[in-house]
Amino acid sequence: MTSPVTPTTSRRGFLKAGLATGGALAAGGAAAQEPDPLITEVQHWAQGFGEGVDATPYGLPIDYESDVVRRNVEWLTADVISSINFTPIHALDGTITPQGCAFERHHSGAIDLPKEDYRLMINGLVDTPLVFTYWDLERFPRENHVYFCECAANTGMEWAGAQLNGAQFTHGMIHNMEYTGVPLRTLLNEAGIRTEGKWIFVEGADASSNGRSIPLDKALDDCLVAFKANGEALRKEHGYPVRLVVPGWEGNLWVKWLRRIEVTDGPVESREETSKYTDTLANGISRKWTWVMDAKSVVTSPSPQSPITHGPGPLVITGLAWSGRGAIQRVDVSIDGGKTWQVARLAQPGQPMALTRFYLDIEWDGSEMLLQSRAMDSSGYVQPTKNELRDVRGLNSIYHNNGIQTWWVKANGEAENVEVS
Amino acid sequence: MSRFRDLAIGTALAVTLGAGPALAERLGLGRPALPEEIAAWDVKVMPDGRGLPVGSGTVADGEDLFSFHCAVCHGEFAEGVDNWPQLAGGEGTLDDADPVKTVGSYWPYLSTVWDYVNRSMPFGGAQVLEPDEVYAIVAYILYSNFLVDDDFELSNENFIEVQMPNVDGFIPDDRDEVELPLFVREPCMTDCKEGVEITMRATVLNVTPDM
Repeated sequence: MTSPVTPTTSRRGFLKAGLATGGALAAGGAAAQEPDPLITEVQHWAQGFGEGVDATPYGLPIDYESDVVRRNVEWLTADVISSINFTPIHALDGTITPQGCAFERHHSGAIDLPKEDYRLMINGLVDTPLVFTYWDLERFPRENHVYFCECAANTGMEWAGAQLNGAQFTHGMIHNMEYTGVPLRTLLNEAGIRTEGKWIFVEGADASSNGRSIPLDKALDDCLVAFKANGEALRKEHGYPVRLVVPGWEGNLWVKWLRRIEVTDGPVESREETSKYTDTLANGISRKWTWVMDAKSVVTSPSPQSPITHGPGPLVITGLAWSGRGAIQRVDVSIDGGKTWQVARLAQPGQPMALTRFYLDIEWDGSEMLLQSRAMDSSGYVQPTKNELRDVRGLNSIYHNNGIQTWWVKANGEAENVEVS
Repeated sequence: MSRFRDLAIGTALAVTLGAGPALAERLGLGRPALPEEIAAWDVKVMPDGRGLPVGSGTVADGEDLFSFHCAVCHGEFAEGVDNWPQLAGGEGTLDDADPVKTVGSYWPYLSTVWDYVNRSMPFGGAQVLEPDEVYAIVAYILYSNFLVDDDFELSNENFIEVQMPNVDGFIPDDRDEVELPLFVREPCMTDCKEGVEITMRATVLNVTPDM
């Protein structure tokens, strides 16, 4: 049945843990005591029919995966219309975020804007102010790029200390998609930028408008006016039919339901770049225009929502790393709270301003761990600890918390969000 | 139409964008925006007051309008109800442990107040206010923050004379100067610290939603 194996300490440990929990008996080379009825008895799926090809014109995940969903945290905001929910990053792998569970952040809800009713205006300091229909946009030459969109407030609840118990809640205001769209510079070129033009102001069709100012350099560099994500049209809640993609920069700038781009001679200093998305330092002075999202990482498993259930033995430690300053070059992982570090394995070479998956395969001896990950990007920036950030910024900057996360993995395999010295 | 536009302004484009990236020829897609269309959508107001429509409103009128349109969430005195934003108060708290950030204590420009109220408030019923009503509501918010007297009238004429207390409270992103020298470094790999103590636990707070 199974090949003879030489029991090792870790295998014995694994077997013991398996017996203790009553699970995982057939794995890992441990000899089965009884034949497994899932093998020896004919199962119904091996006998009858499954569903026909007409059952599901557009499918959802199988019911067993029903916990892999967006979640919100009620007490974070006054209501659910101007609010946030969280991507279940603890349960995902690879780098592409399924659109159906990719986080949402609205300021006046997810609006329903048909392509027929969509208009994009370019005005201001241009030779010819223009109006485009959705169908006009599809006639411009297109590009495809994978980028992360991280809310400026991701991990913001953790400035004062460990609060929310799960990677979904501490790090899930993020998604990573392959976008198809027209370079913003192509559209600006169509209108013709005048020499006095130094900034653009972008706003959405929704009631909040979410207007933001962006320097012209960035607008002409890599911004994308996107209408597809992960191969299909944008989801309603992600800006259908057209959103702005601003690689590496805080999610608030990724204006959804994009309706107007104005070339201006200066910043508008709108509500979303004065009252919000400004970062107050300990001395009461606030940073504005903190656009770039710095290098960051998090172990997604094990983590509080993804405990170790299989006992000691081989363990896959995995997580995500990303940087708005460039490509991830390396991720280090510590299992002892930052005393020693090992270089993790990148699933793919890091791509600029996109999520990167890392793995560290270890032999877990069943003892407690303080798990951390530390990202390094192509600019040489090394992800700091939370305390190093607090030393510079204090506790009240709300946004841009890219400090190193610690999970306390206990002997029973459960994990908890903690802070360490 | 669009082909004509290309001919007419193609030369100007080559000159004005000389310093920028090399751009392809125009495709002639889209059509010129009409003045009425631009007026309908371009309602932004700049910090120097550009974009303000002609109009005016008094604190007294603003008080009535605020009571009708705004007070259910923001309170009769703009002090905020429950979790809804507080628009007044918090002076001098920005370096406190718990800063109270309001229009009076935090916002740098009055233009932002006018612009945001005009385009996005009231929440759930945006873009219903006439310019004079927006002037009046903004005047009342200023009054609630003790920045003007109760007989004040705000107009497009005196708008930029209003000084916001925290106008000098912002600096452009200085991470490149302040943080990169600290964080661009060769990281420690072994014996990085002597001991490790758990100093805080999320389960003590117990504010995570049940799953």
